[in-house]
Amino acid sequence: MADVKIKGLHKRYGGFHAVRGIDLDIPDGEFTVLVGPSGCGKSTLLRTIAGLEDISDGEIVIGGEVVNDMRPRDRDVAMVFQDYALYPHMSVAKNIGFGLRARKLPPAEIEARVGTAAAMLGITPLLGRYPRQISGGQRQRVAIGRAIVRSPRIFLFDEPLSNLDAQLRDEMRGEIKRLHQEISTTMIYVTHDQIEAMTLADRIVLMRDGLIEQEGAPLELFERPATTFVAGFLGSPKMTFLPGRIVGGSGADAAIALDDGPTLALPSGRDVDAAAGRSVILGIRPEHIHRAEGPAPPGFARLEAVIEFLQPTGSRTYATFRLGAAQVMAEFEAHDTGKPGETVPLDLNLSRASLFDAESQRAI
Amino acid sequence: MATTRPARRGRRLRIPLARIVLLGFFLVFVLIPLYWMLNTSLKPSNDYLAIPPVWWPDEPTLVHYEAALFAYRGLEGLINSIIVSSAATVLSALFGSLMAYSLARYNTGGQHLSFWVLSQRFLPPIAIVLPVFLIYRNIGIYDTHIGLILAYTVFTLPVSVWMMYAYFRQMPRSLEEAALVDGCTRWRAFWTVAVPLAAPGIVAAAVFAFIACWTEFFFALLLTSRNAFTLPTVFRAFIGFQGAQYGEAAALAIVSLGPSIVLGVLAQRHLVRGLTLGAVRG
Repeated sequence: MADVKIKGLHKRYGGFHAVRGIDLDIPDGEFTVLVGPSGCGKSTLLRTIAGLEDISDGEIVIGGEVVNDMRPRDRDVAMVFQDYALYPHMSVAKNIGFGLRARKLPPAEIEARVGTAAAMLGITPLLGRYPRQISGGQRQRVAIGRAIVRSPRIFLFDEPLSNLDAQLRDEMRGEIKRLHQEISTTMIYVTHDQIEAMTLADRIVLMRDGLIEQEGAPLELFERPATTFVAGFLGSPKMTFLPGRIVGGSGADAAIALDDGPTLALPSGRDVDAAAGRSVILGIRPEHIHRAEGPAPPGFARLEAVIEFLQPTGSRTYATFRLGAAQVMAEFEAHDTGKPGETVPLDLNLSRASLFDAESQRAI
Repeated sequence: MATTRPARRGRRLRIPLARIVLLGFFLVFVLIPLYWMLNTSLKPSNDYLAIPPVWWPDEPTLVHYEAALFAYRGLEGLINSIIVSSAATVLSALFGSLMAYSLARYNTGGQHLSFWVLSQRFLPPIAIVLPVFLIYRNIGIYDTHIGLILAYTVFTLPVSVWMMYAYFRQMPRSLEEAALVDGCTRWRAFWTVAVPLAAPGIVAAAVFAFIACWTEFFFALLLTSRNAFTLPTVFRAFIGFQGAQYGEAAALAIVSLGPSIVLGVLAQRHLVRGLTLGAVRG
């Protein structure tokens, strides 16, 4: 059990600046997910915490101790790799017990701890097998077993589920979440999958180009994204972005004139005085656009649009509309959709929408 | 079905036929000399060049073996060969795997060092054997086991390094990284994870090194004399002023086959895996 503090971390590979100044505090026992597109530096950051990469500048503190020059084995962290990294020449039991043997624990204790870990993950019948004899999901369990058997201060996960098929991924995701609730050790988890990030994290650290774009609780990032990048990265289907301009006076009269589109009145609570007359981007998620019925409720804007195409998912149906130059996606009840080409009245819940400055791409 | 059957049967017959002819030819090509060597080693001297040829001696004799091993000191040569070849093979595998690992994992020496290592083999041995001879004389390791072991280790290292380099390079790094995080030092991760996984490559490289040492003639001829001489150099003595000792030569050749056969049988499984480098994955 330990917290992790990262101060001013830089990592350069020759001319490539992979991590460009990261400050991050991870409290003890928290499940932190580092998420971002490939090449954003999230795996590099994780590997520097593990000690597998030297750092170019800055400081990493684990449990109050600066570990910059400490070897991986002395940091008391465990890591689960994307390709599982099971030793092919050792049985499952030997794989799980490897770290304990490396630390020269008595054989009886190793056996007992391997047994407990295997039972916890439901892989006891596999202990005598070799990695090539078990399935991908089972290998991932063994890799997790190898980590938990050591009771390390910190768990590091480097995209552990990306080699599994969709169904197993869902299952293992639940498994990892359960594990964290049971042992409540600090976990740092790297993924490029925003669903994994949303479902697992106590806190999401969203990275881009070697820097932290935004960090916070999953719903905080989801509902109040700091930039268009965060808004677009989290949520599936993606948030729709509509370019426009703030018009009208201040306070209650404020509205947004969409480029090549209608002008929508903004809800009264929104303070957009500073942005008056400027180019902005309205970000709205599919679940905040409904088929209009009756009078528009307060905070909603109504408009009409033509359905371009429909994408049923079973529980919901996503309808794509053309609005000026942009496409807008709305979430409908599964059956209550209409047909492509049909004009449908829509209610946009602008009180849940986000506004970004067009130039800086940051939230207003 | 009825119409295709004869065609299929015909094809099925033809393939083994071609294969049998080809393999048969190959087998004859390899086995006839071996048979003739065994035959010659057991013949009385008069039968060597008899016409018509003697296909199998009426009274096989072991006198040539006795002469080759004792009178011509073939046994000493055999023992020297075993000592020198084994030691050089072990050293070549040991240093070769360390070097190969370093090249593969740390990119030691950039792009050029690994090629420089291999380029040692471009040098004709004759270009260096005379200076080596003179240096050996000066520092007192001429005609010693140590001297020859040293020469053979250096000589076999480039190929050993390259065979193992290819092997280490295709092994996923994450295995060793997992070992490091799990509590190993670099050294221990190398020995408990990297080496066992590279075993087929290391064995293949070692077998090649052993065969190269076992059959090496030129360096042994110039760097040894009456003490550390190896088996191949003994053969010089069989062609001399008193004519050729075909029986003794054949007998000693049969003896020198032994270790190669034993090695081949022992290492066969590893050898095949080691030579099909990229094909193994956990």
